[in-house]
Amino acid sequence: MKDIANNNIKEVQGTQRQDRKLLSTIGSYLLLTVLALLFIAPIVFMIVGSLKPDDLVLLEAGTLKAFLPEKASFQNYWDVFERVDFARFFFNSLFITGMIVLAGLLVNSLAAYAFARLRWRGRTILFALVLALMIIPLEAIAVPLFFQVTLFGWRNTYVAQILPFIANAFSIYLFYTFFIGLPKELEEAARVDGAGTIRTFFEIIVPVSLPVFASVTILTFLTQWGSFLWPLMVTIDEQVRPLPVAIASFQTLPPLQWGDIMSFGVMMVAPILIVFLVFQKWFVEGVASTGTKG
Amino acid sequence: MSSVTFQNVKKVYSNGYEAIKNLCLEIKNGEFLVFVGPSGCGKSTALRMLAGLEDISDGKLLIGDRVVNDQTPQQRNIAMVFQNYALYPHMTVRQNLEFPLRMAGLPKGEIQNKVIKAAQQLGLESLLDRKPKQLSGGQRQRVAMGRAIVRDPSVFLMDEPLSNLDAKMRTQIRTEIADLQRQLGTTMVYVTHDQVEAMTMGDRVAVMLKGELQQIAAPQDLYDRPANVFVAGFMGSPAMNIFQTQLHQSESGKLAIDFGPQTLTLDSATVNRYRQLGHYQNQRVLAGLRPEAFYLANTDTPINDCLEIEIKTVEALGHEIIVYAESPVDMIQAEDSTSNTVASGDKSTYLIVRLPSSPEIRTSTQLRLGVDKTKLHFFAATGEAIE
Repeated sequence: MKDIANNNIKEVQGTQRQDRKLLSTIGSYLLLTVLALLFIAPIVFMIVGSLKPDDLVLLEAGTLKAFLPEKASFQNYWDVFERVDFARFFFNSLFITGMIVLAGLLVNSLAAYAFARLRWRGRTILFALVLALMIIPLEAIAVPLFFQVTLFGWRNTYVAQILPFIANAFSIYLFYTFFIGLPKELEEAARVDGAGTIRTFFEIIVPVSLPVFASVTILTFLTQWGSFLWPLMVTIDEQVRPLPVAIASFQTLPPLQWGDIMSFGVMMVAPILIVFLVFQKWFVEGVASTGTKG
Repeated sequence: MSSVTFQNVKKVYSNGYEAIKNLCLEIKNGEFLVFVGPSGCGKSTALRMLAGLEDISDGKLLIGDRVVNDQTPQQRNIAMVFQNYALYPHMTVRQNLEFPLRMAGLPKGEIQNKVIKAAQQLGLESLLDRKPKQLSGGQRQRVAMGRAIVRDPSVFLMDEPLSNLDAKMRTQIRTEIADLQRQLGTTMVYVTHDQVEAMTMGDRVAVMLKGELQQIAAPQDLYDRPANVFVAGFMGSPAMNIFQTQLHQSESGKLAIDFGPQTLTLDSATVNRYRQLGHYQNQRVLAGLRPEAFYLANTDTPINDCLEIEIKTVEALGHEIIVYAESPVDMIQAEDSTSNTVASGDKSTYLIVRLPSSPEIRTSTQLRLGVDKTKLHFFAATGEAIE
């Protein structure tokens, strides 16, 4: 009898534990769903708004219809292309960001490798100075940088928008933390096998460091794609202006068409999503292995 | 193939630490030399200096007739196998083997031929298109060796290449490496902390301690005639039983030593073997007995050669047993038994004895042992062997 009673108590305790676990799982999923909806709502609003006739965008903004287009049309997209030279802005953004990312990967990874692996006088002090640069925001140096760019005659050029952002302290730090964790024997084996420093870097270090290259690519891309203040300061001509400055001008371009603005926004955000989706796996690996939060 | 010569080579790090102190050593053409010693003895540093991965602070390092102090690893024409293999993880086995040949700028056809030949030699043909992570430890080890032999270098360097393998695989690869070296006839310098590897693989073994070469000799010579008390204690497993004693004249007029309560009288063969022994009469010396210098005493065993011990632990190894017994004297530990630390070194109270397997030898029983006095080793109080 006592055994049966004990078994019953155990069964009841087990069921209670299962119920509690189920409730906590439901609670977690509910919270995550709400958070996901909160984050995704503005994007859905933008996409849906871009497909609606212009007069309905604001009219339905306060209702659920804001998220459900009744009659989808790509007219707003055509309007954007008709009203402004969107392709030019898009190319500018892609070119500027692409150049910063590519040149940045080369320069920052090489710099980080020199800090992590090569032995040279002043290495520690210089690395500390580079790390200290991470805390200086662009806004703090924008004015002197502007004067410098003006002095060189680079205003209203791609160079002014690319060159100052290639070397990046945070990218160097990310590369450094990854390289420092790589086994030294790999490089030593390459040296013994006859590879010089540069060859070792490109043939051995770079291929085994793809996760950190992906992380830096995506982080640099995200930052530079949305860059607004600096391009606004150094560009006058639409020929060299990137998308963030262009959308700001577009908003003030009469007549005020919210559907067109939403379409412009969608086309501006799409490349970020594509880059993230392509590099997502490596990005997550890279963030995990560099021990750095995105 | 080339000889290797260390001429008064020193390695001093920027913090002043002297990793190698005046190393003088010649490795003959085609020889298999093993550097052995405890952690931090400088054996890996010596190898890395030879590889060109560490700068040489002083002295000359020659490969053949060339002074290589300032040459890059590539210019030295050496190949190295690392402890963790250091295979390039993003390359296939084939690409790993091709890499040093590509760096040397060989034509494609020649590269392919050499890779195939090396793969055949090491049984890697079926693995050529696999990545290192798809290989077992033993296979990785073979690829690392393949990457070394494919270049046909003057000297092979191996830095504890077996330490990541399990015991069975270690024994197998140990034999394969020794065979391969014999086949190729290339000079090989091998670093290990495992004295069994050193004893079984090398033509000669260089024993290092605290940056100093203690002795270089053929494995059996090291075992039979250790140059000092450290080598005596380090080479051999279980280690030699080393104890302090007084050399004195016995009642019969012969030289004798005390081993706890027992006096061991030295016969003329032993005294003749150590010609200098007479000079140490009435002085404190260190005496050593390997575990196999003991035998089970019987009625014929002279009473003066017998020793009563109490067994503390018995390790049965199948064909033999290792007996740990209460020692009548304090034993000196091998790694602390350098000349300057003999007096202060850690001491053990265990006497270690190797005997044929016997069910009668059990823990907490008494045992009567005979001592084979011809197997006694003698060292001066400074730690140097008495000749």
